[in-house]
Amino acid sequence: MTENIRLMFTPEFFGAILLPAIIGGLAVTICSSLLGVTLVLKRYSMIGDGLSHIGYGALSVAAVMNLAPLKVALPVVIIAAFILLRLSESSKLSGDSAIALFSTTALSVGILVSSKAGITNDVSHYMFGSILAMNKSDVILSVVLSVIVITAFIILYNRIFSVTFDENFARATGVNAGIYNMIFAVLTAVTVVLGMMMMGALLISSLIVIPTLTAMRICRSFRGVVLTAGAVSVASFLIGMFMSLLLNTAPGASIVIVNVFFFLCFSLFGAVCRKRS
Amino acid sequence: MKKILECDKLSASYDGTKVLSGLSFSLNEGDYLCILGENGSGKSTLVKCLLGIKSPDSGKIILGDGLKSTDIGYLPQHTNLSAGFPATVAEVVISGCLGRRGLRPFYSAKEKETARHAMERLGVADLADRSCRELSGGQQQRMLLARAMCAAKKLLLLDEPVSGLDPTATAEMYQLIDDLNKKDGMTVIMVSHDVVKSLECANRILCLCCSEHSFFGTPEEYVNSHISSRFLGE
Repeated sequence: MTENIRLMFTPEFFGAILLPAIIGGLAVTICSSLLGVTLVLKRYSMIGDGLSHIGYGALSVAAVMNLAPLKVALPVVIIAAFILLRLSESSKLSGDSAIALFSTTALSVGILVSSKAGITNDVSHYMFGSILAMNKSDVILSVVLSVIVITAFIILYNRIFSVTFDENFARATGVNAGIYNMIFAVLTAVTVVLGMMMMGALLISSLIVIPTLTAMRICRSFRGVVLTAGAVSVASFLIGMFMSLLLNTAPGASIVIVNVFFFLCFSLFGAVCRKRS
Repeated sequence: MKKILECDKLSASYDGTKVLSGLSFSLNEGDYLCILGENGSGKSTLVKCLLGIKSPDSGKIILGDGLKSTDIGYLPQHTNLSAGFPATVAEVVISGCLGRRGLRPFYSAKEKETARHAMERLGVADLADRSCRELSGGQQQRMLLARAMCAAKKLLLLDEPVSGLDPTATAEMYQLIDDLNKKDGMTVIMVSHDVVKSLECANRILCLCCSEHSFFGTPEEYVNSHISSRFLGE
């Protein structure tokens, strides 16, 4: 174990692999927890999950056709996010069944294409993520994205609150709810694709959903939930990363487990507080 | 009497079905209008047109005195807010000021004052830091009415404000609305299913019974018309 710690801080490993992973990872973590607050409260929790499967399908197709993965996955997932949000609003096909339909289709296409071409190994990276393999351009993209998301969140904070809390009222006060839903779709799609490369298609939705649920156990105010969710997700990421290097476990899964641990602690704390009052 | 709202031969449809056709009525400042009608008679569609969320097929809505549709204080039909949404009463109430903010991102001291005043007026000031999921149904409606007050310059539009409330909370709510109308000089438009109460407190009745024969007039005229018999059960 001490050997692991020593290795972690050798300049070659720390500078070339760990630091980019931590910077990129933190950026994606903060974005997903902020966007997650609105997605969870609007009952769109499964959208992140569905989008990651669609992204997986797109990346597989890109790998087979020898195209740059991000250039294919980003537009596909953005379009899918539009469609899913639109479907969730209309009553013809309910949101959760629409997501199930889309995500299983995309997943099957991805597996079919990649197994036919015999490159399952490459693609399985995207299923389980590979945070330690983030390259420079991934990190730059993640940081740029997180700056955009955080800025948008601060400037639009009051409108986001209103649209999330009561869309009908927001529309009546002249807020163009449609535009905010669109901005959200795009930001969510980009976050999901980046998060997928890091955490894998299977785990990205946990980054979106769990910090908000954790914060909701103890916070009364919307602002409290936003700030706590951000803090919890950052803490979980750092602890999970460190643990995975120390114990040689999978980074993505370790981060999720730490998140779940926080959730359980906050639940317990919340329950005790409620009983007292 | 200054005219505050006029509907001129308004026609609108919902999901492709025509629910309003050639509806005309007008309101003066300080009026208290109750909109009656069965489910599917076009009440909600009319509300959406008044709020400017939906554009009518034909006809027009004219707001008097420089009023914009975003200056209408709106209390939406009962929605299940209690389902665990984390927000304090103060956060919810001040979101009513959003319409007058334009593109400026944050609330000013003046808007915080408006929100505080609205909370005091509706008796929820002492609940300001409580989470809205801990409130009773009556308290929730008063909180949402305070939010509507923040948005309202002169006109309140209430969509079934007492649905789901117990008799005591219902009576309190009617009393508050009556006070806002009589003491604060707010013009009130209320969608209601309670015909008896509507006749008692309103000075104008709009009944969208069947799209061809809508009624608009005073409560007395309504009682004497043949349309009322279906609702009053005579």
